Amino acid sequence: MTKKVLFYLNQFFGGIGGEDKADYEPSFQTELVGPPTGIMPKAGDVESVGLIICGDNFFGQNEDETKAFIAKVIDETQPDIFVAGPAFNAGRYGFACAGACKVAHEAGVTCVSGMYEENPGLEHCQSFAWVAQTANAAAQMRKALPIMANLISKLAAGEEVTPEADKYFAQGRRECILVDELGSTRAVKMLLARLNDEPFETELPMPSFDVVEPAAPILDLSKATIALATSGGIVPNGNPDRLQSASAQQWNKYDISEYDQLKGDFYTVHGGFDPVYCNETADRVLPLDALRDMQKQGKIGKVYDFFYATTGTGTAVANARKFGEEIGKELKEAGVDGVLLTST
Amino acid sequence: MVKEIERYGIPIVHMATITTISQSVGANRIVPTVAIPYPTGNPNLPLEDEYKLRYSLVERAVNALATEVDGPTQFEG
Repeated sequence: MTKKVLFYLNQFFGGIGGEDKADYEPSFQTELVGPPTGIMPKAGDVESVGLIICGDNFFGQNEDETKAFIAKVIDETQPDIFVAGPAFNAGRYGFACAGACKVAHEAGVTCVSGMYEENPGLEHCQSFAWVAQTANAAAQMRKALPIMANLISKLAAGEEVTPEADKYFAQGRRECILVDELGSTRAVKMLLARLNDEPFETELPMPSFDVVEPAAPILDLSKATIALATSGGIVPNGNPDRLQSASAQQWNKYDISEYDQLKGDFYTVHGGFDPVYCNETADRVLPLDALRDMQKQGKIGKVYDFFYATTGTGTAVANARKFGEEIGKELKEAGVDGVLLTST
Repeated sequence: MVKEIERYGIPIVHMATITTISQSVGANRIVPTVAIPYPTGNPNLPLEDEYKLRYSLVERAVNALATEVDGPTQFEG
């Protein structure tokens, strides 16, 4: 029986516009555009019931409203499979795809998406959606779409899929399967392999949790030095150190000891949000003016002489970790008592 | 970045709009902000009101630095 598919895209892949249209309210149309047109021909025995398009900022800022809209469309179109993305490494888009899938999943609809392994949206839907493993950028669209189409085709036909063969992120569920050897035999073989330094593969990978204990609170704010940091790409006008507008390879620090506000002298090079408002007044992203006021009123000891900035769009988690280690080391050595870090 | 800085024992507040991401990554002190392109501003307000809004967010964040928490905590207005 032909299965019905409903698609979800953001404003960019839906052809509405770029960052200036990221506030686009969700809409529904039966005509397909963008990635779904590449998926459908290879997706097996399925038919499209239509496409939801929603701006990434709108989703992030009006999550309940957007989810209600998606639920209504699902109720009206009765899809069997919900397909969101692919979102590659776009954080806001991945988050939106995960949220949209959640709505579909709760309505009993099978969910398919596509993301890069570091997309923060992945962990919000990995356990119930079939999320195809994609590269980190849309340049690899041609490779991502066949993987998603294959998943849709097999799921629609009720065929078995595996993470290895069908290139999706394991959902972390355990299933009963028949194997030739008893557990005890397999365990001893694994142990022998390990003792002999031979390769072996665990049958149950342990999840890794990285929890950082909360630091102790500042006891006397009136004597505290507070530093500002941001992933919003704030730099002096002209970007003297050539901070990247995406996929940052570096962080920079700038002396603000002589400044009461950023307005006029600083702007953003971040390529992942509409910079108009920030470029009018950079304090809208990194609030030096307000923190300086708190210093003048004696509510805090002082604003640390430097602020730290990088660009947090498409930036590898490993890089972000390294930046944090390096910045934290400097702050510790400088005796900074607390940090405000803004993200866009 | 937030986590690595906190690992040095320095309290840090993440001021972010999509707090779900912040929370799931494991930031311990979170102040929800206004919007993605202007976390600590709002160009739709008169300048004076916008500044009051920014000041109140920064004040809330600074106070969060002086507040004991035992795991990811959002400081709502």
